[in-house]
Amino acid sequence: MPIPAQALRHEYLRHNKKFPHVWCPGCGNGIVMGALLRAVSRLEIDKDEIVLASGIGCSGRMPTYLDFNTLHTTHGRALTFATGVKLANPSMNVIAIMGDGDSTAIGGNHFIHAARRNLNLTAIIINNSIYGMTGGQYSPTTPFGSKSTTSVYGHIEHAFSIAELAVTAGASFVARATVYHADLIDRLIEQAINKRGFAVVEVISNCHIQYGRRNKLGGAVDMLTSFKEQAVSVSRAEKMSHEELEGKTTIGVLADREIPISTEEYKKVREQARAQKEKV
Amino acid sequence: MSDKAKQRYLLQGNEAIVQGALAAGCRFFAGYPITPASEIAEQLSITLPAVDGTFIQMEDEIASMGAIIGASLSGVKAMTATSGPGFSLMQENLGFACVAEVPCVVVNVMRGGPSTGLPTCPAQGDVQMARWGTHGDHPIVVLSVSTVMDSFTITVKAFNIAEKYRVPVILLSDEVVAHTRECVELPDAEEIKVVDRITPSVPPEWYKPYEGDARGVPPMAAFGDGYRHHVTGLIHDEMGYPTQRPSEVKAFHERLTKKITRGFPDIQMTRGYYLDDAEVFVVAYGAVARSALRAVEDARENGVKAGLLQLITLFPFPRRALTPLLDQCRAVLVPEMNLGQISREVQRVNNGECVVAKHNRIDGKFITPRELFDRLMKL
Repeated sequence: MPIPAQALRHEYLRHNKKFPHVWCPGCGNGIVMGALLRAVSRLEIDKDEIVLASGIGCSGRMPTYLDFNTLHTTHGRALTFATGVKLANPSMNVIAIMGDGDSTAIGGNHFIHAARRNLNLTAIIINNSIYGMTGGQYSPTTPFGSKSTTSVYGHIEHAFSIAELAVTAGASFVARATVYHADLIDRLIEQAINKRGFAVVEVISNCHIQYGRRNKLGGAVDMLTSFKEQAVSVSRAEKMSHEELEGKTTIGVLADREIPISTEEYKKVREQARAQKEKV
Repeated sequence: MSDKAKQRYLLQGNEAIVQGALAAGCRFFAGYPITPASEIAEQLSITLPAVDGTFIQMEDEIASMGAIIGASLSGVKAMTATSGPGFSLMQENLGFACVAEVPCVVVNVMRGGPSTGLPTCPAQGDVQMARWGTHGDHPIVVLSVSTVMDSFTITVKAFNIAEKYRVPVILLSDEVVAHTRECVELPDAEEIKVVDRITPSVPPEWYKPYEGDARGVPPMAAFGDGYRHHVTGLIHDEMGYPTQRPSEVKAFHERLTKKITRGFPDIQMTRGYYLDDAEVFVVAYGAVARSALRAVEDARENGVKAGLLQLITLFPFPRRALTPLLDQCRAVLVPEMNLGQISREVQRVNNGECVVAKHNRIDGKFITPRELFDRLMKL
């Protein structure tokens, strides 16, 4: 049963916030925000029990609009603040929303360590391959050869694959979707929030203004259509050769594994420390 | 108070900071290893979990500062500890704590700098950095400790100020105080004054997270308390939402500054020794204040009417304690293990009658009583 958009808006958007939002018409951020709200609504999580943390950039503005406990941190640092929130109050559902530059350039160190540490956190990364807010400079996910305001001659570096990076760094759950696949984002965010452990959802998104235009990829609709064409499900990708997968985006669940969660493990540390203290 | 003999402990400065933090109610520590501050993290990794607190070693000092802010926003008293290089990395999120008014304590056990500098040598080179290290205009509280006992009591005070005014408080120690072992009698828990942040008294729908009370300090709800609100590093209005409206931006900055100005009598702490009839005096802080006290006593024995004003609070600079002495005395000596970071503050508040003499060491060595005595005798 789809949830009426109006009901979601009334329930989750801040009534006292000075709208309009900062996002350009056609921006993928709104799709991800909608998916997040649908996931939260389906899971019936109390708004008081959600902390939504973000970094800096277009994605960083999302918490401002939403009626949760919201935390708009410094550039790249959302996961560090989220770590403090979660450890101080493990009963909270802590979700970090980040961009590609935010999470893998300036926040790259925090990202891999959050994955390694495996707190019970959810990280949603909107990857639009560019620094949109600052005017279209290349990011760690800008494809080789692409044009940006700081690579007008074509980009000479290679892009990170964020989801694969998260898998290697040790995250419990890693998934990827594109903004074309809105239903899939809903489901993946739901799974990620439910997952006990560090869960990452990477969403490939369009910045037709700062990235698409410069690289002749058309408008928002054209970019979404190309996401549809490039997407390959995990199960199909498994049957494809390396060459066939060139230029494709694997979507679905890339990793789902049970790894001891550090918030749980810390309970044992406390027990040991208390026992030690009583002995002294 | 009971008559029973107090428990005596042989502690180093870093250990006393740990005890002070625990006594003040600190239940969260995030940090990154660094000499000469590491003992604070090591001890808290053992003691915090035993009192249902949390210790975490983060991937760097940027992350450590972020984590303590997150914990504090969740209603837990939080601290980090570092030295110069780590303190440099913390400046970014320290600014966030200033603008979002997040109570927390940042200990900087100073060592020789700049850069990697002199990791195992004492210095006081981070004083102005503690004041102005993070970008933009901001009020901040900087305290300093000179003994192991101070390391306990001033740490408690640091937490109290942080909670009362909703500010980050910088606690400056140095390699000498950090690693000196002294015998101390710690007060019982009931003798220690512990201040907790004020929480909202209105229902959630009336809550304005950044509306100051009569003191200019907004009551602080914790995430999860039912007072859903927004916290941002952007300049914000009373609801916490970003604003660029000049009237709101101005009001925001003014409130941040005024809440500290109003607290001057409470925040600005100094200690005076032999000042009543002093003709010359020393302004000193940190470990150097110990050498200064001995030098002053020796000078008195040799007929010089010397005194000492020890600064506990470095910023907001305790001008009110200083100006009467600058009027009273013909000269003031400001010894520092830097090239003159507090002496410039002394010069700033001096009306021109008093001679301001500096005594600086930057060779990684401690300033001895003897060298200060010699200076005092010639002032």
